[in-house]
Amino acid sequence: MERKTNSEDYLRMYTQMVRIRAFEDQANQLYLSAKMPGLTHMYSGEEAVAVGICTALTDADRITSTHRGHGHCVAKGADFRQMFCELLGKEEGYCRGKGGSMHIADQSHGNLGANAIVGGSMGIATGSALRAKLQDSDDVTVCFFGDGATAQGLWYEVMNMAALWHLPVIYACENNGYSEYTATEEIAAGSIVGRAEAFGIESFQVDGQDVLAVNELAERLVARCRKGEGPFFIELKTYRYHGHHVGDINRDYYRSKEEETIWKEKRDPIVNFGQWLAKQGVASDTELEKIRAEVKAEAEAAVEYALAASYPDVSEVSMHVYAPNDAA
Amino acid sequence: MREITLSKAVNEAIAEEMRRDGAVFLIGEDVAEAGTPFKVLSGLVEEFGTDRVIDTPISEPGFMGLAVGAALTGSRPIVDLMFGDFLFLIMDQLCNQAAKACYMSGGKLSVPLVVRTNLGATRRSAAQHSQSLQALVAHIPGLKVALPSSAYEAKGLMKTAIRDNNPVVIFEDKLMYNDKAPVPEEEYLIPFGQANILREGSDITLVATSSMVQVCQKAAEILAAEGISAEVIDPRTIVPLDEETILKSVRKTSRAIVVDEGHQSYGVTAEIASRISEKAFYHLDGPVIRMGAMDVPVPFSPALEDITVPAPEGVAENARRLIRGEMFHAA
Ligand SMILES: Cc1ncc(C[n+]2csc(CCOP(=O)(O)OP(=O)(O)O)c2C)c(N)n1
Repeated sequence: MERKTNSEDYLRMYTQMVRIRAFEDQANQLYLSAKMPGLTHMYSGEEAVAVGICTALTDADRITSTHRGHGHCVAKGADFRQMFCELLGKEEGYCRGKGGSMHIADQSHGNLGANAIVGGSMGIATGSALRAKLQDSDDVTVCFFGDGATAQGLWYEVMNMAALWHLPVIYACENNGYSEYTATEEIAAGSIVGRAEAFGIESFQVDGQDVLAVNELAERLVARCRKGEGPFFIELKTYRYHGHHVGDINRDYYRSKEEETIWKEKRDPIVNFGQWLAKQGVASDTELEKIRAEVKAEAEAAVEYALAASYPDVSEVSMHVYAPNDAA
Repeated sequence: MREITLSKAVNEAIAEEMRRDGAVFLIGEDVAEAGTPFKVLSGLVEEFGTDRVIDTPISEPGFMGLAVGAALTGSRPIVDLMFGDFLFLIMDQLCNQAAKACYMSGGKLSVPLVVRTNLGATRRSAAQHSQSLQALVAHIPGLKVALPSSAYEAKGLMKTAIRDNNPVVIFEDKLMYNDKAPVPEEEYLIPFGQANILREGSDITLVATSSMVQVCQKAAEILAAEGISAEVIDPRTIVPLDEETILKSVRKTSRAIVVDEGHQSYGVTAEIASRISEKAFYHLDGPVIRMGAMDVPVPFSPALEDITVPAPEGVAENARRLIRGEMFHAA
């Protein structure tokens, strides 16, 4: 396997995964201490997916995200302060508090936004790829979605067009085994990769807990997309550590504690990659520990900042319903 | 009388009707073991089994289509649409297929199905999980639309909806699931098209639907303390609409405010207000005032969200202005 030889890249991927975990830990605390309005869906456990893929992208490349979108947002380069401000509905948030967790977007890094409609971004991502083709741009769009979203008919319509027109889009299915409170086997007949293959789309399965494997595949497919060889489909096997959302605490009826423990103790993407880095001599345990401590401090500071930040002025409520037209 | 939550009331209504009629079944996402995210349907799968309480993939247009086909051929499905906002996904099956089958077939076909869904903002769920889309379906001939405003209403209207031979969309207020109200043990149904006068009054009529009924009840209390007597009417169903009860009230009070949580423009309030204006014109002492949610997507920030929805003091203030004889319009 052709791997990055640059230890800086490895450490950046490690740091980005740690950042996602730290962000989610803080977000969960905000919920538990009743400081966050509404509910949110945690990405913890799935970090290698977002980081492995987004590391293969530039700021000019776009992604579309989901209701479980904090990980994609961080991996695409977002700033903690603006993210926490958004989660708390503050003026300095990425969407000036109008979107919240389920609609967080970061245009400056090519994140077209989270989406509260399951499968709602499949058309958007494919349309972004159509624009790239029409405008002779070599950027690539990655469409993140869950296994549950493969049940949305929209996907089949846009995959057909993406394949017909060779659009530079990568469909990345984060298969965490559950769609809300139901196991994937109960809601998906046949094979998931087979769905994309039926349209003649080259499809791959990869271990979503292995950031290097994910990144290596993503780098390859992104490069091929830029040459007009898209679209592609990737199924990434992964796991969400928390409930469907932060309020989903008692979940024994659909998922066992033992299963959760196995994933957390044996398959953790951050722990396993950290061990690999130490073994390869890229970084010592102490150095990794230092990264984690720094990220935690950054996340805590960002939370403090966001808690103290101000809400948008009420006059903002009717702003941004329509985009302004250019002055004549 | 015992008091139960709105959630329990809906659950009881569905269970009773499923016991009564073997053709009734439930279909939707996480309706079985999970009993929906709001836990409204807990326990039904244990009693009726997975053949009649059917968990689906996240395929709203798909299972809505299945329900239409099943209803056309002898079943009586209840479609569980987790959020009212997802109506946009099922519009073709609901509005082009279900709503029109009876008419297009010259009365030979019927589509006895219920879509149970919800409405309401201020739950910090942002723009795609907070809409109140009743006007959208009320616009389509062939669909009936029920808007329960309490546990009692929810049970009685749900039972009627299930027995109706037409597609009915019933919206529950998701903020009300844990609100309790007296609900008799004995069976009862609430007929469609019969408004409920919750409070009698002589100075002004407040017509309110669903979530806005409580708002108007509170407004009426504020006004009562100031010596203004408000009548509060809940139409219960907006299709069919009990025009008579509303008109009779307005002919008595000569003033009216209509409040509904859908957007201010082109909404349920506009329809009811214009019927009042047309049919009780000579009895009116002022314009009929409409109050709905602001014409903006529902914002996430608590600082913004709360001001988008009518509140008791706003209703009371508009009532005072009408009574003072001011000529104005809301929003
Ligand atoms: C169209 C639509 N239907 C239903 C929902 C409710 N819902 C939110 S997340 C979810 C499960 C999504 O599962 P999956 O796509 O596998 O993503 P995961 O949550 O596992 O990351 C459901 C049913 C929704 N938001 N949008």
